[in-house]
Amino acid sequence: MKRYLLQKTGGFLITLVLVSILTFFIVQVLPGDPALLMLGTEGTPEVYARLRNEMGLERPLLERYLRWLLSFLQGQWGNSWRYSMPVRGLVARAFPLSLSLAFLAVGVALLVATPAGMFMAAKPRSFAARFMSVTTLVGLGLPQFWVGLLLIQVFAVSLGLLPAGGGSSPVSLLLPTLTLAIPRAAILSRFMRVGMADALKQDYIRTAKAKGVAEGTLFFKHALRNGSLAAFTVAGLQFAQLLAGTIVVEQVFGLPGVGQLLLNGVFQRDLPVVQAVVMVIVFLILLFDLAFDLGLGVLDPRIRYE
Amino acid sequence: MDTRRWGMILIGLIVALTILGYIYTPYDPNEVRVMERFESPGRDHLLGTDHFGRDVLSRILVGGRISLLIGIAAVALGSAVGTLLGLLAGFRGGLWEEFLMRTSTALQAFPSILLALLFATIWEPGVQVVLWSITFGNIPYFLRLTRNQVLSIRKRPYVEAARALGARDRGIMLRHIIPNLKDALLIQFTVSLAGAILVEASLSYLGVGIQPPAASWGRMLREAQGYASLAPWGVLAPGLFIAVTVLGFNLLGDTWIFRREDVLKRE
Repeated sequence: MKRYLLQKTGGFLITLVLVSILTFFIVQVLPGDPALLMLGTEGTPEVYARLRNEMGLERPLLERYLRWLLSFLQGQWGNSWRYSMPVRGLVARAFPLSLSLAFLAVGVALLVATPAGMFMAAKPRSFAARFMSVTTLVGLGLPQFWVGLLLIQVFAVSLGLLPAGGGSSPVSLLLPTLTLAIPRAAILSRFMRVGMADALKQDYIRTAKAKGVAEGTLFFKHALRNGSLAAFTVAGLQFAQLLAGTIVVEQVFGLPGVGQLLLNGVFQRDLPVVQAVVMVIVFLILLFDLAFDLGLGVLDPRIRYE
Repeated sequence: MDTRRWGMILIGLIVALTILGYIYTPYDPNEVRVMERFESPGRDHLLGTDHFGRDVLSRILVGGRISLLIGIAAVALGSAVGTLLGLLAGFRGGLWEEFLMRTSTALQAFPSILLALLFATIWEPGVQVVLWSITFGNIPYFLRLTRNQVLSIRKRPYVEAARALGARDRGIMLRHIIPNLKDALLIQFTVSLAGAILVEASLSYLGVGIQPPAASWGRMLREAQGYASLAPWGVLAPGLFIAVTVLGFNLLGDTWIFRREDVLKRE
């Protein structure tokens, strides 16, 4: 286990460094001149020269990258160009909402997908299972923001049951959570079905059956642990897409999360905000991957030796 | 009927309607008719009109082409680069492989939408943002897929035999690896197309993709959202077309998701 842990953590750190290089490259090098980007069309040559100096653009690239990385690691993320506020405060204020949305959505998706997938595996030929199979396939292709718009249309506009968003009460998170959860539930239940179906075919299940283990115990105790592995792995991988999904879904419901912060940053060309938000999101995605890899190693010892 | 055939039917339908959009639309898709704002679906306007009085059906007919074209171009580019790098990683091994695989893991940590938002900050929002983010978003998948295939095919007895008979790397690549790779790549290609359509729609919805006055399904949803209570058909129709296109590609790729995750998890 120790070797596995070191190996995974090492990989995580290397990826993190590469991610920071990529972000730095895109934001600081690709545009050619960040100072010009910051000034826009206004600004005299003197202001421009001073700015370049302040931003350290005259220094060699490697030095610029290392300085940037160091200050980023120290938590000095600079000030927003447009709000004249520390970026860190902006990010800290926006993230809790988005993170809770993402977690809630994974939770709801798993809650729906686990029994649904188990049912599809247990009674594959039933009409209900076939219907669910088609539904999940359709659910996979639904554009997330469209689901949100439809939910607003039905529950907020037509029925007037729920707020269309904007507020910060728990009720106003209901529709966004559902929006995020629906496609996830579709994917997860398909994995659950395949995992369970695979597990049920194993020799040890037949042995247990021959020994007279009850059908229920067989299903819920013997098959479930192996059968749910795939779905839980995917739930971890899905986290990346969920964080990306919140960006869009927050826009649909007008929620003041990371998505809104990031989009405003993009439209106002607020580089410090954009690069900080992107780094934090990617960091969280990688961290989550790592946590899941390690968790999986605990759950399934075979993986440690691959 | 098997799922793949359904996929073909759906995609065929979308492609046919898109081609129709080049030849005929009931109205000029960009013509503003203030007097005909928010007309509900009926005989004059099959799918109603939007807040400028533009015909929704006409806009849908021309709105798909840009999504499809960008999707195909970006995935083609991403798959070509990814496959080539994957062959390199699989054959060269060593430092090349280490470097390529690490970089692709890092790139994979950026969801396409995030990449697009980065690009949109340093460039202007628009077509190139969508194109490059989807291209770069796809490279790691094809790279990984190709490299894994190369590694597994190389070890097969008949390839070893060919090598023992004096076949070179290039011969092995052309004769044995590429033909074996074809199916897996094709599946990944259709799956990536489904993803590309979704990403383009999301980006255009967010306002960093296709810019007005050009019609794109995602953009139409963005504009219709503000008037959804007045004209719900403006929200329904474009989303339905996106969903059908994505579903079609997913069905074509068949049980795509399992294969892809399978490939990813074999790491």
